[in-house]
Amino acid sequence: MAKFKKKSSTSQQISTASLPDIIFMLLFFFMVTTVLRESTIMVKQSIPKATQLRKLEQKKLVSYMYVGKPTDTKKFGSEPKIQANDAFIDVESIIQFIEEEKGKLAEHEKDQLTISLKVDDETKMGIVVDITQKMRDVNARKLMYAASRRAED
Amino acid sequence: MPRGSRGTPEVNSSSMADIAFLLLIFFLVTTTIATDKGLTLTLPPKADPNQPPPDITKNQRNIFKILVNSSDRILVEDEPMTDISGLRDQVKEFILNFGQPDEETQALYNSLPASLKALSKRSESSSDDPTEAVVSFKADRGTSYDVYIAILDELQGAYYEIYGERIGLTADEFRSLDRKKPDEQEKYTIAREGFPMNISIAEPTKIGGN
Repeated sequence: MAKFKKKSSTSQQISTASLPDIIFMLLFFFMVTTVLRESTIMVKQSIPKATQLRKLEQKKLVSYMYVGKPTDTKKFGSEPKIQANDAFIDVESIIQFIEEEKGKLAEHEKDQLTISLKVDDETKMGIVVDITQKMRDVNARKLMYAASRRAED
Repeated sequence: MPRGSRGTPEVNSSSMADIAFLLLIFFLVTTTIATDKGLTLTLPPKADPNQPPPDITKNQRNIFKILVNSSDRILVEDEPMTDISGLRDQVKEFILNFGQPDEETQALYNSLPASLKALSKRSESSSDDPTEAVVSFKADRGTSYDVYIAILDELQGAYYEIYGERIGLTADEFRSLDRKKPDEQEKYTIAREGFPMNISIAEPTKIGGN
């Protein structure tokens, strides 16, 4: 018994000397993975879940459009709206938006432009179909319905 | 005065942890881990207004019809469906039916692994071969987006599972093949050989919605 008592009598303190290092490690992880939002999203966004997801390879070839109910329903009403680059656009100006996005790309990349549609899951298909029709009109045929991962059962 | 006697000045580093914590919390809050994932598809080219729409001469047996109305009721091959979890297997069976293969597709059939052959019913009343088989998906403007995505997910899943199984991968592994690497690109091409992803998304009806 004496053996054990001897050990417990010394006061044990956890060394906190490495704490800053651990915190810094976490900090660097988050700094590296962070993507700061480029635009404030003004529509409700609850992205549907799906299983068969694919990643987009080249970020610079992607343009985003957000669809959903405006968060500020008093000002903009409760009908689903399309947001592109910080502003609401109507269906007719989608063509102009896509042309602008194409203009930012090099000549050989123009037909590789992918439109990522981030659509709220409460939206009806009507507005989504209007967007895809306009995309076909300007020959921007690569489309991605953004979705988050659902665990497969 | 000799320098040593002053004692080396030291920066007090006890607040380092606090500063790091503050930064950490800032990045934790602002982080949105990149979610550039989703269901990819390529839209058909714009219809030429000067040309009449092509006559469709496909046999009914080669078309797998899925209809969704504005109240999200689903009709699969003229049968109402409430639970879509079985849809993927139905689609796989339809694609792999090989009812009346010609020489080329018979060779394709012979090249399939046994697990896929087992799904093939070779029924006269279902699709002739995978190149002929078309999955037609038609929604309404009033259909909700999440139902639409759920069905599209199942349809693409059916194809990806077939592709994966042909080269001994799961659907997940197949989808994450990196097409920039030559060996993976080759696998990708082999897997899709003879099985075009014929998912036809028809222009929706306008009964519901706006």
